Order: sequence, then structure tokens, then C-alpha cells
Amino acid sequence: MTGDPGPNDARPTRLDARGLLCPLPVIRTQDRIRTLKVGDVLEVVATDPGVLHDIPAWCRVHGHRLLTSERRADDFRFRIEIA
Amino acid sequence: MQDKGVNAPRRAAALISGGLDSLLAAKVVLDQGVDVEGINFFTGFCVEGHTHAIRKKDRSRQKRNNALWVAEQLGIKLHIVDVIDEYKDIVLNPKHGYGANLNPCLDCKIFMVNKALTQDVLDRGFDFVITGEVIGQRPKSQRADTMPIVARESGAGDRLLRPLCALNLPPTLPEREGWVDRDKLFAFHGRDRKPQMALAEAFGFSDYAQPAGGCCFLTDERYAGKLSDLWQARGERDYDFDDIMLLKVGRHIRPAPHYKLIVGREEGENNFLSGYRRQFVHLNTVSHTGPLTLIDGEPTNDDLVLAARIAARYSQGRAADEVSVDVHHPSGATEKLRVAPLLPTELEPAWHVGG
Repeated sequence: MTGDPGPNDARPTRLDARGLLCPLPVIRTQDRIRTLKVGDVLEVVATDPGVLHDIPAWCRVHGHRLLTSERRADDFRFRIEIA
Repeated sequence: MQDKGVNAPRRAAALISGGLDSLLAAKVVLDQGVDVEGINFFTGFCVEGHTHAIRKKDRSRQKRNNALWVAEQLGIKLHIVDVIDEYKDIVLNPKHGYGANLNPCLDCKIFMVNKALTQDVLDRGFDFVITGEVIGQRPKSQRADTMPIVARESGAGDRLLRPLCALNLPPTLPEREGWVDRDKLFAFHGRDRKPQMALAEAFGFSDYAQPAGGCCFLTDERYAGKLSDLWQARGERDYDFDDIMLLKVGRHIRPAPHYKLIVGREEGENNFLSGYRRQFVHLNTVSHTGPLTLIDGEPTNDDLVLAARIAARYSQGRAADEVSVDVHHPSGATEKLRVAPLLPTELEPAWHVGG
């Protein structure tokens, strides 16, 4: 996991879930979000195609806002605003 | 457990496996005005998810997490909890023993109900726990005599409600206190699925998961055989997460007690196994298209030649006189071998781990 911002840093917190198979990326996302506050943004990077379904579904279930969902050559990236 | 005012909505934690029974159980209670949240435990042995991601042949199947799908249908929150490490003790030392294979179903249910009781993810607290258990549904864990054992040993006592078979059991605290109306609960029993399917239809659920072989690899005879073999070869009953993942993938072939081969069966498995290349000696067929093969153990040079012949046997060069195989060591060193593919008659049936 890389890129945790300091208190005055506007960058989103980043979670590296590459190499993990579902549901582990969702579990790590869930656990990280529990440490964040409302309005924070979490960026998740993962490689298991299952995240394309699971992370949006998990966001819907918990009411978090999925800002972006990006399919890249080597991975998938999501930006989630914590509700 | 919370102390609440008379009119405060009661809260329940529902164990959500992703299957039909837990979906219905939660729905029955949710419809009575109870505030329900779901919990799903990831043990590492779950059939859903991983294998679909790994095997190419499974990729046509819908990639959804069924527990999340259930939560969406119900409109409830779902907490997916990683219990891989804690669950090990259940697998290795089940107080109530195993089912037909290495499935510690009764201990598993006790563990999960207890975890649901103590989960700090439900930080507002809750009043009772819901499961989709049905008396007679499962020969090991869902019998009339095991229902009180789960309630007692999980610590839930009479705060454990099984809405689908509640009428076959004494009233629990939620029923006695009027948090749920016992008259709206059910008396399902046995292995017949028709009552559940009828109830699903009444609720308007049609696309629910129906796993053919259960939801846990430990109930699978071949998988259990591979896990037993792992323990025997290592001389101890133990495992880590990578071990149990690798048992889900490939052909496992053990020519001798001190090493085994894991041979990818198709592209998806080869890709998955390639993630372990730095941890294991691994073989690639070079002259012909073929599988990625990992070697778990301590092979000698002669063993590597046999391993290369086996890898060649599963390559496109199986009928060739000779196949070139590269043997890669975790140190980075590579050996180049030219071998004759093993003949089918030379591949001992007993080498196939798990049957």
C-alpha cells in the first residue's frame, strides 16, 4: 500500500490490491475505508477482473460514491468517496 | 448486545453465505421491521470468487459475489470479514470432527455465529443473530441435535434465530420478546428445496445462486485428498493461504514423497501459477506450447528430469521424440533440458494427488 497522504494533502489515499483475488480486494477496501472519514477519497488499484463487479456492488450496498471506474491495460482503478 | 428502549428498532446480524437459505432467512426478519445487517466470512476455502477468476473455462460465468448480490436484493449492508488465519484452528482441530471429507461443518457454524456475535464491524451493537439453517438440510451440521449445540457453544444461546425452521424449535428470545412474530416464521425441514424455492418465488427472487457442490472446498473429496497429501508430505497438519489457493489449481502429481508438481491445465491456471514463479522451481516447455509447472518440495537433479518429462507429457509435444524444457530456480538460475515426454503408461495413477 502506498501514497497515504498527510493531513494537509489533498491526494486520495491509495490502496494497492494488485495480485489479490476477490473477495480480498473488497475486504481490503472495506477495512481501509473504516479508517477514513466522510468525504475522503480512496483510490483502489486491483488486477482481478472480479473487482469490476464487486467494488461497485460493495459501494452501492454501503452508500459510498464511486467517482470513477477505469479499466487499464494491466489493472483496474477506482476512486471512491466515503459516505 | 444492546439495552434499548421499548420502541427502538431491534438489530440483527444475518450470516449471509450468498445462497438461498440465508437470503430468505434475512428477508423474513427484515420484513418484520428488524434492522438487519449481513456478515459474510471469507475462510479461504470458499468456492465462489477465486476459482472463477483463475480458470478460463469459468470466465463465462457471471462474476458476481453472491453475498453482495444478496445484500443488494435485501437493501442491507454487508460486511465481508477475512477469517483466514482464525479459521485455521477450525480446520485443523475441529472439536466435533469432520463430515464426509475435511469439512468441519458443525465447528464452522459455531465459529461463524460466535464471530457474528463479537464482530466490531457492527459497532452499533445488535440484539440477535440470524442464520439460514434448516433442520435436516445438512447431515453433519444441520440436524435437530446439532441446533442446540451451535446455539450453546457459539455463546448466542436463545439469541440465535433460524427463521426458516423456527417452528420446529423452542421459541427464542426475539420471538418471546415480540421482536419478531413467530407466526410469520417457518417450519422447513429436510433436504427438500421446494419450500425454499416457493418462498423465493413469493418474494420475487429468481436469480439466486444454486451452488451444485456446496460453497466450501473442504466438502470436495478431491480437494480434501490434496490437503491430506500436503499434510502427509510435510509431516505436519498446517497450511498457509498460498497452500490452500494452490490446491484449487492445476493437476497435482506426486512422483515421490519429497516433491510434487502442480501443472497448469489451461491458460487461466498458467497465469495464476505464474504469480508463484519466484517462490518455486518452475518449468516451461520451450520447443512446444505447454503448461507452466511448479515444483513444491526439494527435487534432486534426477527428479527434475522426471518432472520435465511429465511437463512435456502435458505439452503439445507429447507425441514428439524430444521436448526442450527450461527449469527455472528461485535463485534466477535456469537449466535447459531436452527430454522424452513421459508415456501415458509411465505416469503412475497413484501419482495423481486427490484422485
